[in-house]
Amino acid sequence: MEDSLEIAGEKVNNRLFIGTGKFASYSIMKRALEEAKAEVATVALRRVDADSKAENILNYLPKSCRVMINTSGARDADEAVRIGRLAKAAGAGNWIKIEVIRDNKYLLPDNLETLKAVEILVKEDFVVFPYMSPDLSIGRRMAEAGASAIMPLGSPIGSNRGVKTRELIEIMINEINLPIIVDAGLGKPSEACECMEIGSAAVLVNTAIAVSDDPVRMAVSFSKAVCAGRLAYLSGIPAAGKIASASSPLTGFLRDKK
Amino acid sequence: MIIKINGKSEAVKMHSNIAELISGKSLCPDNLVLELNYRIVPRQDWQNVVLKENDTIEIISFVGGG
Repeated sequence: MEDSLEIAGEKVNNRLFIGTGKFASYSIMKRALEEAKAEVATVALRRVDADSKAENILNYLPKSCRVMINTSGARDADEAVRIGRLAKAAGAGNWIKIEVIRDNKYLLPDNLETLKAVEILVKEDFVVFPYMSPDLSIGRRMAEAGASAIMPLGSPIGSNRGVKTRELIEIMINEINLPIIVDAGLGKPSEACECMEIGSAAVLVNTAIAVSDDPVRMAVSFSKAVCAGRLAYLSGIPAAGKIASASSPLTGFLRDKK
Repeated sequence: MIIKINGKSEAVKMHSNIAELISGKSLCPDNLVLELNYRIVPRQDWQNVVLKENDTIEIISFVGGG
């Protein structure tokens, strides 16, 4: 059964997007992306320093993997736009996750600055994925501004706390006619599965994979969990009840009638 | 002359161009994108752009990130 996610006219078959930060080496990252059959991977931009003379991370992305630029480090819309333009000029394509953060403790995004950046970059032919605190009104504004998908956070970046914002995300899934991709805070595959079960179009995971003892296997594990959750969602998950409902027939018992 | 590179003041030779600056730092041009005074300079122009006193340069590359 074909069940691809279509974004800006392109098909993505693997609904697990993987972030490339925090891996012990680019070669481990590459193997994780390959084994998980990842099709979308995020990268960031930074000033070069002595360490960055070594190698270009883009050379370590599998051919089947599309680059999504992450504007991490941006503190306002202007900085996000600047990062987007630089990344495009450097040949990283036009898919961009807009991440604008002014809060260093919780790394929660500034939704209003993010919206401003969306408005500008959509006009410059970027395929825009705003990373935001889940909020229906601003999410609708993102959609009206031309975002291609919306990336609400499950919990703070790198916190591994899971989908603490589940109910708000469910509202966005139900009300906004764009792919909703849960990004940030997913700490284990069951949480990625949960996101897919409630109808997320995809999830983005980085820390939980990169800092595990075996990132390659963990990437595969997340990939399978995403598939399982998606399949469950498509199958129609039955409603939960408060009392029992017997699975076996309630007739033909081996006892006398009274 | 003094120019600002990635936020730090550095002395560079008069009349040097961007390509010379990059090769002088042993950086691989393929990995980089560069801004001169907040404007992106395409790689093919690096040879032709001569640096001036007080220029501000950002030399940027891709890194792992979520």
